[in-house]
Amino acid sequence: MSQKTNIALSVNGEQVQASVPARLNLVDFLRDHLGLTGSHVGCEQGACGACTLSVDGVMVRGCLMLAVQADGANIITVEAFGESVTGEQLQQSFVEHNALQCGFCTPGMLASGIDYIESGGSTDRTHIRKHISGNYCRCTGYQSIVDAIASVVEGRNSLAVETKQTPGAEESGTSNKRAGE
Amino acid sequence: MKAPDFQYQCPRTLNDALVQLSSDDVECQPLAGGQSLMPMMNLRLAQPEMLLDLNNIAELSFIREAGSHIEIGAMVRYATLLESKLIHHHIPLFVQALPHIAHAAIRNRGTIGGSVALADPAAEMPALLKALDATIEVVSKSSTRTISADDFFLGTYETALRSDELVHSIKVPVAISEHRYGFYELARRHGDYALAGVAIGAHSVEPYTNLRIVFFSISDCAVRAVEAEDALNGKLSNDSTALGNALETLSKLNYYEDANASSATKNHLARVVMQRALSKLSTAVS
Ligand SMILES: Cc1cc2nc3c(=O)[nH]c(=O)nc-3n(C[C@H](O)[C@H](O)[C@H](O)COP(=O)(O)OP(=O)(O)OC[C@H]3O[C@@H](n4cnc5c(N)ncnc54)[C@H](O)[C@@H]3O)c2cc1C
Ligand code: FES
Ligand code: FES
Repeated sequence: MSQKTNIALSVNGEQVQASVPARLNLVDFLRDHLGLTGSHVGCEQGACGACTLSVDGVMVRGCLMLAVQADGANIITVEAFGESVTGEQLQQSFVEHNALQCGFCTPGMLASGIDYIESGGSTDRTHIRKHISGNYCRCTGYQSIVDAIASVVEGRNSLAVETKQTPGAEESGTSNKRAGE
Repeated sequence: MKAPDFQYQCPRTLNDALVQLSSDDVECQPLAGGQSLMPMMNLRLAQPEMLLDLNNIAELSFIREAGSHIEIGAMVRYATLLESKLIHHHIPLFVQALPHIAHAAIRNRGTIGGSVALADPAAEMPALLKALDATIEVVSKSSTRTISADDFFLGTYETALRSDELVHSIKVPVAISEHRYGFYELARRHGDYALAGVAIGAHSVEPYTNLRIVFFSISDCAVRAVEAEDALNGKLSNDSTALGNALETLSKLNYYEDANASSATKNHLARVVMQRALSKLSTAVS
């Protein structure tokens, strides 16, 4: 019989308790135990990036972390990315730029894209490509994904300029901080 | 594939971890960032009876200044190193090289101690530590040892670490203004393991003194090109005869083949990366 451990964590804002075997990885827990099948499982070796999700504000591979290690953590998956300003803008931009075809890579691409934008990334396409280098897409050829990310950054930059020129205007929400810090 | 079943312990103190590690009852393996061990377990290349998770041991997560050294705890993650002011100021070679280690999400979990303990022949960290003349502090229940990077890495996935020991911390000499550092790697895609790469440290450049030229991803572990260092030490950077001689000595290194390149290709790439890294040895302290 395999050893089971009780864990309590927050997933997309909801408190969750479960008893899990040590060998269960985080993304399988989310998919098979909580029914959150948005995060995908491609390689289980950290190579494809389809399982990338946020743990305590930091993007990690869901296949390379154990569910027991998420005890006490705050997890955000693609199912709730749209609830943040950046996530919502990026999802919209993916639609506008046709940045997905089969959609298998999309949850991980969104995760890496959100991370890039929130850490203050620029519109430089080489920088964007470097940041999403750990995410495979077998359909789009990446061009449209880079377009979608760059377009969100561009939108924010022009908003920031406008805000500067309009005294008293609201904060634009451009943040140089890493998510969760 | 999924990892085979195992027992799991997550101690909160270093002492508890060391006691568990020294017990003969069960064969246990430390788990740091899991960015190499978890893939190996999922592929069933590793099947530990028990995982000893080091992630809750706060004593192993520190970056501090200690005289002429920076001490880095084994559980410090690559992303934390990249964000550290101490590292930016005192270990410029890390700042050049760290962005090439894997991808952002992997750097958020992967640790310096894990890379050191693993000794992957394609990993950057062992080469960086040799180029910096760093030392590795290891601990067991009953002893501590300080081992120079030159003596620590023995071969492919082989180090001087005993099974009852943990990597505790890494000690890196701080850069001073005359020091120069270089790093260059060739990879098919940013963040992939390199086809060939080199890390270089020098106490000065005109002329070169105390050069340390260390290759990775060409041999069974990070390898110092001592003959190339000898050919260049005392010479000016525009001395093309010395450079030519140094490049020739590289054919004597013990190259391995991998899925991407033959040993002849590795030899060629070693020449390329060394020239490129030497040509832009940058200032020590930024
Ligand atoms: C897609 C992908 C790409 C990658 N690309 C690169 C790359 O380009 N360059 C590179 O260098 N690495 C790369 N890696 C590996 C990554 O850098 C790992 O993080 C690193 O090799 C191991 O660190 P870890 O903290 O994850 O260790 P773990 O995977 O947890 O452990 C590795 C080994 O070290 C042992 N161990 C860990 N900590 C200690 C300790 N304190 N004392 C004693 N033993 C210990 C473990 O028992 C295990 O045997 C890549 C990984 C992935 C998944
Ligand atoms: S399934 Fe996790 S990186 Fe591929
Ligand atoms: S859209 Fe199919 S893998 Fe990216």
